[in-house]
Amino acid sequence: MSFKMALMGATAAMALASTAQADVLFWSTQAKPVEETQAMRDQVLAGAGQKVDYQANDGGPWLTRLQAEIEAGKGTIGVLGALHGDFSALKAEELVDLSSVDLGGVKVNATFAKLAKLGTDGQPYLPWMQASYIMAANKKALAYLPAGADINALSYDQLIEWTANVEKETGEKKFGFPAGPDGLKHRFFQGYLYPSYTNGVVRSFKSDAAVTAWEKFKELWSHTNPGATNYNFMQEQLLSEEVWIAFDHSSRLANAFNEKPDEFVAFPAPAGPTGRGFMPVIAGIAIPKTAPDMEASKALIAYMMKPETQIATLRATNFFPVIDVALPDDLPPSVKAAGDAIAKMSGAPDANPGLLPAGLGDQGGAFSKVYSDTFERIVLAGQDIRTVLDDEGAILNGIMQKTGAKCWAPDAPSEGACPVE
Amino acid sequence: MNARLLPYVLILPVTVFLCVFFLYPFALVAQQAFAGDGGFGLENFRHVVSDWKFPISLKNTLLLAALVVPVQLALSLLMATMVTRMEKGRDLVLYIWTIPLGISDLAAGLIWLAIFDQSGFLNSMMAGLGVIDRPVSLLNYQHPGIVLAAIALAEIWRATAIMLVILVAGIGLIPKEYYEAAEVFGASPWQRFYKITLPLLRPSLQTALVLRIILAFEVFAVVAALGGTVFPVLMGQTYELQFALNNSAGAAAMALIILGISIGFTLLVLRVLRVPKGARI
Repeated sequence: MSFKMALMGATAAMALASTAQADVLFWSTQAKPVEETQAMRDQVLAGAGQKVDYQANDGGPWLTRLQAEIEAGKGTIGVLGALHGDFSALKAEELVDLSSVDLGGVKVNATFAKLAKLGTDGQPYLPWMQASYIMAANKKALAYLPAGADINALSYDQLIEWTANVEKETGEKKFGFPAGPDGLKHRFFQGYLYPSYTNGVVRSFKSDAAVTAWEKFKELWSHTNPGATNYNFMQEQLLSEEVWIAFDHSSRLANAFNEKPDEFVAFPAPAGPTGRGFMPVIAGIAIPKTAPDMEASKALIAYMMKPETQIATLRATNFFPVIDVALPDDLPPSVKAAGDAIAKMSGAPDANPGLLPAGLGDQGGAFSKVYSDTFERIVLAGQDIRTVLDDEGAILNGIMQKTGAKCWAPDAPSEGACPVE
Repeated sequence: MNARLLPYVLILPVTVFLCVFFLYPFALVAQQAFAGDGGFGLENFRHVVSDWKFPISLKNTLLLAALVVPVQLALSLLMATMVTRMEKGRDLVLYIWTIPLGISDLAAGLIWLAIFDQSGFLNSMMAGLGVIDRPVSLLNYQHPGIVLAAIALAEIWRATAIMLVILVAGIGLIPKEYYEAAEVFGASPWQRFYKITLPLLRPSLQTALVLRIILAFEVFAVVAALGGTVFPVLMGQTYELQFALNNSAGAAAMALIILGISIGFTLLVLRVLRVPKGARI
């Protein structure tokens, strides 16, 4: 079935490509499922005022064609769409500086716009859309919030106190954390715990601040439902009320909000001493130096950033806007809840985004294993924090040296491979 | 066709099949396991063995086998003896007992998960009987004993029938005359079992044990369903190396380690339960 659909998509793509020479080619790694691709074409790009040929690809073919065009010095790709990690693997000088593009007064999220500078003074790509990991709670838990705590600006200490209150009052450990085999626990450590406590992910892996972070996490864990080592998608335990407060990827919480929209609230992740660490999944748009019609490409970029386009993109892809825009009322409850929480999190004054690892190639799994193993050894097996961090830090350093991956935010930029300090 | 050649011709398809789909991939896996940066070496083995989870998963795998196999042996012997004594309904009972064999091991794991889960049947039952006030979480890192017991129970439920089938066939092969003679001499049922059934069942016991022990070292899906990350076993580590860490060479090394352990225990069983040539039926 999916093969047939892929075939149909490919045929349609070929037909489009052959008839539409002068169209702007939107070469993207996003909205790959054929329904999303079609929605991008019919609902998002139809109103662009010019003909756009939207082509979604896997990362490999996407990069191959782009590099071929850059090496040849001339190409047909008009606009690029990809994740932050894809762009950071490119050289900034291969992309057109977009700081001069007139966005017509649209206010782009400043944190993301800064990340999209890729360490240059220009704007090699512009943030396009985002998703993230958030917190969700059953409304019954709200009664136990610590005095004076604002659910939209919690600190880790307040979260611990909150979960402790719930345990004290109900006699049950009601915090949920996806620590199962398929759970995304490593993203919590990489994108939330480490940035919030150490302002880094790799450099600060075995710092003293990291020891504090793990001590705090152990405290939080003591109020976590012990069944968490079997949790993979937190929406299940939220719906069964095994847990009341949970952390997970917005798409892994969606069912809870869609099935019982009145019972749950979504809110930003907590903050630590070095800010409100969170891991946005950011997609961006850019123009390669070899674009055939620069004006048409820039016009398309400006169109993609318009509030109406951003909302249409949300409907087509379930990725959220990166600009200041009020979400309409007729969105699915999960989109509304998560969108609100993500906007508050990324817009918080103490926001400290930790990006998805970049430049690790096939070592991505080994990189994440370092964080899951550290968790299992410290928290589950009760091993000494310092010893474990030194052990796993050596493994992490080996991975960084082997891949030569440079540091990414919030770690300070590095010349060569990102070092574990 | 030449009658002497016929048997070879008949087994040719199977042999070719085994060579292409078993021996050749096996050779590739072995090559991959020993391949290193600078030619051949034990680097991959060192890498997987030095992982902090390796000793734990080795211990867990052996512990599970040591717990499950003897219980299954005793149970299947008991069940096989009972079945052979039955006059009526023997087939029906055999069919029912072998139903778990027809269920995939992951499905079996999920069935038991539905029982032991915090919102599962066991909790509802205990709450209904008033034993507990509210559901308790049983399968978690705080209760490694319960996790082990649940996995062992699921394994016993699922795989005892494999041994049972082999033993029922084996008992059927024992000539009735031995039992009749023993009865004439006034041997008790226990003596008959101990002096006749067990010794004459040795070839079947060998097969059953070898099969079951090999399967015990390959245990994976039931553990994955019930134990999550709490109960790492060798096969689970192999899977993780291959699919989560993209480390095929490490996974190949791990597979060879499991193979080595299986061969070791198989040889041990063959040696302990060997039947002298003159004593075969």
